[in-house]
Amino acid sequence: MATYSTQEFKSGLKIILDGDPYTIVENEFVKPGKGQAFSRVRVRNLKTGRTVEKTFKSGDSVEAADIFEQTMQYLYTDGEFWHFMHPETFEQHAADAAAVGEAAKWLKEEDDCLIMLWNGAPLTVEPPNFSELKITETDPGVRGDTSGGGTKPATLETGAVVKVPLFVNEGEIVKVDTRSGEYVSRVKD
Amino acid sequence: MTGSGAAVELRWQPDAAPRALRLRADLNAAIRQFFAERGVMEVETPLLQGAANPDPAIEPLRVNSEALAGFLRTSPEFPLKRLLCADSGPIYELGRVFRAGETGRHHNPEFTMLEWYRPGFGLDDLIDEVAELINTALRLTGDRTLPVVRTRYASLLEDLLRSTVPTDIAELRQACVTFASMDASTAAVLSSDECLDLLFAVAGAALPTAQLTFVTHFPAAQAALARIDPDDPSVALRFEAFAGGMELANGYDELRSATELAERFAADNRRRESAGLRTLPLDHKLIAAQREGLPACCGVSVGVDRLLMLVGDYDRLRDVLSFTEFES
Repeated sequence: MATYSTQEFKSGLKIILDGDPYTIVENEFVKPGKGQAFSRVRVRNLKTGRTVEKTFKSGDSVEAADIFEQTMQYLYTDGEFWHFMHPETFEQHAADAAAVGEAAKWLKEEDDCLIMLWNGAPLTVEPPNFSELKITETDPGVRGDTSGGGTKPATLETGAVVKVPLFVNEGEIVKVDTRSGEYVSRVKD
Repeated sequence: MTGSGAAVELRWQPDAAPRALRLRADLNAAIRQFFAERGVMEVETPLLQGAANPDPAIEPLRVNSEALAGFLRTSPEFPLKRLLCADSGPIYELGRVFRAGETGRHHNPEFTMLEWYRPGFGLDDLIDEVAELINTALRLTGDRTLPVVRTRYASLLEDLLRSTVPTDIAELRQACVTFASMDASTAAVLSSDECLDLLFAVAGAALPTAQLTFVTHFPAAQAALARIDPDDPSVALRFEAFAGGMELANGYDELRSATELAERFAADNRRRESAGLRTLPLDHKLIAAQREGLPACCGVSVGVDRLLMLVGDYDRLRDVLSFTEFES
């Protein structure tokens, strides 16, 4: 079992606490001039995203988390799992709904995603920053109104609903910022 | 960029901005003027020492070359006290000290310490002088000073715990869980002194900004080399100064008894042994000097780099250091 001592603590280090994987967000060395030294860290739970504070006595060790990130191509979903492929080894990995989370509504086949693996299994899935998706349902466009201003909801091929300008029509492809969930532009074929 | 694109960019530039470098020069000059006006003599003592302070919380850097084996000083305290025993009168030293394993926002393995001794001063006199020095330094960057607030060690912890400070080890460990985000399993191995150190660090860091806080009446177990209060043997005649939540100075009404000094040194080495640390060669010359007689005096050390952080409104120690050679 690999471990890290508090002397090795720094932001970005991946550790195991209470059986869950965490990343160190911030590490503060604390020591009264004439007293015992401690490490006060802020850590983020990589499963839940929650951030908590923890204090360790200097010299304490914690278990290292076997975590690495890999860009993989999204293949398909069978409803229960989302399947990804390693670009070089062609090895396939299945991520469950907990790992895919919000990313599910942006995933389009063949998109490259950043997968965080814990003990070799997908822990989180990060979609590309921008995704180009077809509109499957929206109210009819207002011809001639390209000046912007008003918006209307549009359902995309992945099921995501985004606000688009009034002039955008069903069947068109739009570019969406997956981080904010906002419409960016129309994409011409 | 010129040359090969694969070239590694070596960061050679200073960590401190030109303003911080200038401020350090100004602060050093102000410190020297401060003591010149008060008749306190500047002295220099060896950075390389054959003996070390056995305090288990301070780890010296070892020098181990073919030519010599010893330590880089963790403070100038012992040679300065030997000068006092030789009737130097009031003295100060401004110089570098070294401590192993201390790296962080407020720590660097090598830092500048200002330490001075005042024969005939009581602890209150020295607290006043430390406040004057800090406020003199603050005026380098504007017309401003910080008000002085005094609090007792026990009150500081009581404010954090919202109860009296427990003496029971289980309750102290529980306080570390409740107030210092420690897991019960991690806290379970702490000694009561370690619990107090953590709670003190947390309480100190939460002190109000925009004031100088002098914490007094340390528990006797945390006396280090301060005298025990003859009127109340449960406390030591020691203080620490905080600027906002940053620890800035540590002062004592100095322990004079050579016998008690030798006993505390031996106890420190025993604590080192039980903590699995190497014991350290003791400064027998200091014990001999104090047997001859240390004048009644108070002494204090100030972290000059942290003082610069305060004066220049810097957030990290490295912002005031020309170069930081070793980083975490």
